[in-house]
Amino acid sequence: MSELAIRVENISKQYRIGLAQERPDTLRDLLTMGFRRFKHKLSRKGSGRYDDPGHIWALKDVSFEVERGQVLGIVGRNGAGKSTLLKILSRVTDPTEGYGEIHGRVGSLLEVGTGFHPELSGRENIYLNGAILGMRREEINRKFDEIVEFSEVGKFIDTPVKRFSSGMYLRLAFAVAAHLEPEILVVDEVLAVGDAEFQRKCLGKMNDVAQEGRTVLFVSHNMSAILRLTQETIVLDQGKIVLRAPTPEAVDHYLNMGLTKQGERFWTEEELGGKSDAFKPAALRVLNTGGKVVDTVNAAEGFSVEFEYQLTEAISGLRVGLYMMTTRGEYVFTTFDTDDPELYQEYSLRPAGYYMSKCHIPPNLMNEGRFILGLNASVYRIRRYFQEDKALTFTVDATGAPGTHWPEQRLGPVRPQFDWYIEHKEK
Amino acid sequence: MENSHQQGKQSPIIYLRPSKGWLSIDFKELWRYRELIFFLTWRDIKVRYKQAVLGISWAVLQPLLTTLIFTVIFGILLKTPSQDLPYPLFSMSALLPWQLFSTALQRSSVSLVGNANLLTKIYFPRLAIPLSSVFAALVDFAVSFVVLLLVMAYYQYWPGWNILWLIPIVLLALLTALAVGLWLSALNVQYRDIQHMVPFLIQVWMYASPIVYPIETIPEGIWRSLYGLNPMVGVIQGFRWALLGGTPPDITMLISIIVVVVLLISGLYYFRRMEKTFADVV
Repeated sequence: MSELAIRVENISKQYRIGLAQERPDTLRDLLTMGFRRFKHKLSRKGSGRYDDPGHIWALKDVSFEVERGQVLGIVGRNGAGKSTLLKILSRVTDPTEGYGEIHGRVGSLLEVGTGFHPELSGRENIYLNGAILGMRREEINRKFDEIVEFSEVGKFIDTPVKRFSSGMYLRLAFAVAAHLEPEILVVDEVLAVGDAEFQRKCLGKMNDVAQEGRTVLFVSHNMSAILRLTQETIVLDQGKIVLRAPTPEAVDHYLNMGLTKQGERFWTEEELGGKSDAFKPAALRVLNTGGKVVDTVNAAEGFSVEFEYQLTEAISGLRVGLYMMTTRGEYVFTTFDTDDPELYQEYSLRPAGYYMSKCHIPPNLMNEGRFILGLNASVYRIRRYFQEDKALTFTVDATGAPGTHWPEQRLGPVRPQFDWYIEHKEK
Repeated sequence: MENSHQQGKQSPIIYLRPSKGWLSIDFKELWRYRELIFFLTWRDIKVRYKQAVLGISWAVLQPLLTTLIFTVIFGILLKTPSQDLPYPLFSMSALLPWQLFSTALQRSSVSLVGNANLLTKIYFPRLAIPLSSVFAALVDFAVSFVVLLLVMAYYQYWPGWNILWLIPIVLLALLTALAVGLWLSALNVQYRDIQHMVPFLIQVWMYASPIVYPIETIPEGIWRSLYGLNPMVGVIQGFRWALLGGTPPDITMLISIIVVVVLLISGLYYFRRMEKTFADVV
């Protein structure tokens, strides 16, 4: 039986989200609120603390165990409670309810470069950051050269880090953190930054950590990293664990989660958070050749994707992008509604109003399977108005697609009809 | 799982529970984190004088310039009595412990908010933050203390063995700053009003301490005892006496100590009670 590294039981965390006027951020508010509370208490016995509409449960009754040496992935959408969970596990904040125990020193990489001071030199920051992360001075001395080498900032080590490029800064920050040697390492999204080369290096380092038999909790939106590094994954949604399964299964579940199955998707005002943004998505649908909204389209016939949105003010240079992704998280293609130079000219300025951008996906392009549509509305290099990586999923049925006379699965997300030429020469 | 035993040493078990009520102070843990306190202190000092042309000489200039201003206004123009000491010496010997206190208080009261990024990301004993702000003030104090000794030499005042009393007196000043700093820093996490209030508090507090005027100005008896509720009265009076002689600390010192102990213990407990919410509200 393996040893236990982490055990949590029914951990819950409540946050005040604050109906603005209910939050006493200044003394004056506190005084007026105190008076109201007092009146409230007089009129109603007992505290309604937990049912208060100004409170939300960021985590609710989360229980799980992690064995020593296990690398556990945690996935979930923004706001699913991942960060809260990690904060509780790294003791940054307390659970509101529940119990947990952690066997061993926890090192958290909730954000690289925490505690870096721009005015201090690289060398000074290594010591400062190391101490903040819980390293002893003697330990830092010992690993100093290794850290510098890993970070590749060598000759700039005595330069204030404010003069560092962002890449150098990140490398140094990660290098310090990566040389922590806790029994349990909690990693949140650190790989979302840096160039590809550096990310590879980070992943390699994380792999080493896992190989050494340390326990790692790994949170990421990067499914391929999750798939590579972890064997088992927890899927969080709305503060609850919805699934704990071998990673491939959990990733599939996560990518399919909470998506409508009807081939159509609407955005409500609440969902948009009441933001008064210039770009407001309204609806996204998948249509078959007959113009019907469907969940399953036929690959041999082709289909279209329709996106309705509203501009509350004129935007110049806007482009609406569509991403097609497999449920494994690999991109199939990216296309923009103004890819065509003529359309690009015509819609260089889009006045306020309602719009629909429609994309025809030609016959014999997609392979069978389930796919995810992502959306993006942006002005190139200026501003991103809207982005949703998993706006809608739908199924592609391959009936009648090229080669279906052999009833076997084809590799790859696309299944185009290519022109073949077969030559035969008589001897 | 062979390598799971690689660690060998017994690993500590950390318990996660909702915090309720008043927590005790884990001095052992604080001691384990002493290097962090050292590095935070060091960072405070280092950063304070970065990109300042005069650098650490500000620690010399500040008390000197203030002494000059006080001497002109209170010593020369208003002819404030000064316990038969040269007025510059009289005011500077009070300014030093005062500036130690006010710097420590000012910095510690905003320290938690200033380190919000640490609070929300990493666990460590939260006390390390206000503590290191208080310690950082000591460095300035040490520098300006040398200047004070030089000024004393100029006026041909030589300290006697009483100078040893400075150690407990400086400690008392630090504890006073820490006690109030704990209260204010924890309050400031939720109520940013505090950071607007602190400068006024310090200003009022300064005039409520015998810096520009001698303690004899306050009538003896009940008034003097009430005056002693301000712990800085005992500190300043004691500091002056230990260096320059004159009125030795009396009953006011005792009152000061009691006040500081009460403030410190209550401050520690308030801080400990609030610290679990720092990461959520800061």
